[in-house]
Amino acid sequence: MKVLLRNPRRELEMPGPMRVHALLDRLQLNRESVLVIRGDTLVTGDAALADHDEVEIRPVISGGAR
Amino acid sequence: MKCRSCREPAVIDIRRHNAGFCRDCFLRHCREQVKRAVEDWSMLVPGDRVLVAVSGGKDSLALWDVLLDLGVDADGLYLGLGIGEYSDDSGAMARAYAATRRATLIEVDIPSEYGFDIPGAAAATRRVPCSACGLSKRHLFNQAALDGGYDVVATGHNLDDEAAVLFGNVLRWNTDYLGRQLPVLPAAQGFARKVKPLIRLGERETAAYCVLTGIDYIVEECPNAVGNKHLGYKAALNDIEAQSPGSKAAFYFGFLDRASSKFAEETAAGRDRLVACEGCGAPTTNAGLCAFCALVAKVAR
Ligand code: SF4
Ligand SMILES: [Zn+2]
Ligand SMILES: [Zn+2]
Repeated sequence: MKVLLRNPRRELEMPGPMRVHALLDRLQLNRESVLVIRGDTLVTGDAALADHDEVEIRPVISGGAR
Repeated sequence: MKCRSCREPAVIDIRRHNAGFCRDCFLRHCREQVKRAVEDWSMLVPGDRVLVAVSGGKDSLALWDVLLDLGVDADGLYLGLGIGEYSDDSGAMARAYAATRRATLIEVDIPSEYGFDIPGAAAATRRVPCSACGLSKRHLFNQAALDGGYDVVATGHNLDDEAAVLFGNVLRWNTDYLGRQLPVLPAAQGFARKVKPLIRLGERETAAYCVLTGIDYIVEECPNAVGNKHLGYKAALNDIEAQSPGSKAAFYFGFLDRASSKFAEETAAGRDRLVACEGCGAPTTNAGLCAFCALVAKVAR
């Protein structure tokens, strides 16, 4: 599957099928810090991603004094 | 995973609530959390004119959207900070959102109105950009609210922001800041009321809100945020949260319920010493110019 990461923007190829949690663990990402987007919606941690899926892993942490 | 409310397939899981939500139930959850924060802390009264501090990021756009959906009279204020591409893109997002909702967006462009930009101010003061930026935002949001006849300035600070600020203040026992870290600061002479209606939502939730409602927000971070302390505190808290969901909420709400009042006295003492700025008339603790006017005097070309 195709995985788009942001900040900085980059693309990875990962083998599917795989659950979202497993994908985040593999990439050593904290699930509190990201959303996983497939198409125009979100997927939960237990969702299975297929080999032909394209997903975006979007960080949600923003910083700075506001 | 199924939605906690309607048993349809969930699109998001929120571990601190031990629940999943479908799109519609999640959006309702967000509105309810904002409503509850507003009510619990008496943030707004009917008829209030609200000015939302809009950065083009997920929090402020989600906040504006929820307030409009709740029927609040809310206009936006966007500050042009002059931070290169980040400012261009975030301004475009704020304008695009306002246009789709037919909402009023006021803009104040610091470079054209005050003759400096944030990177320039950082260089001239030899301090981190966030310091000049933060003080400019506080000053200009308040100024715009008073000038425009708004009762309240609403900012998009979420649970993660507040927990991270609290964490930093506790690490250093900044007791005067601890006394001021409240979701509502009442209006006072020269100050509009300040409210933070998103304190019951984490930033994963505000980002999800935008994705699910199709609000386009700026995902790329301000270049000056990279590696700052605030982000470090958030990362540390998220490590704890991953081990023990609900920790951030317990930390912050426990503080509000059981500790914050213990620091209130020190803060009240500071308030008595305010005088009018000689430049703009805003209340300040400095004799002479307020921090913003002093910055302008120092850096304006
Ligand atoms: S990260 Fe710092 S400089 Fe950038 S917008 Fe936020 S406060 Fe301003
Ligand atoms: Zn539902
Ligand atoms: Zn002044």
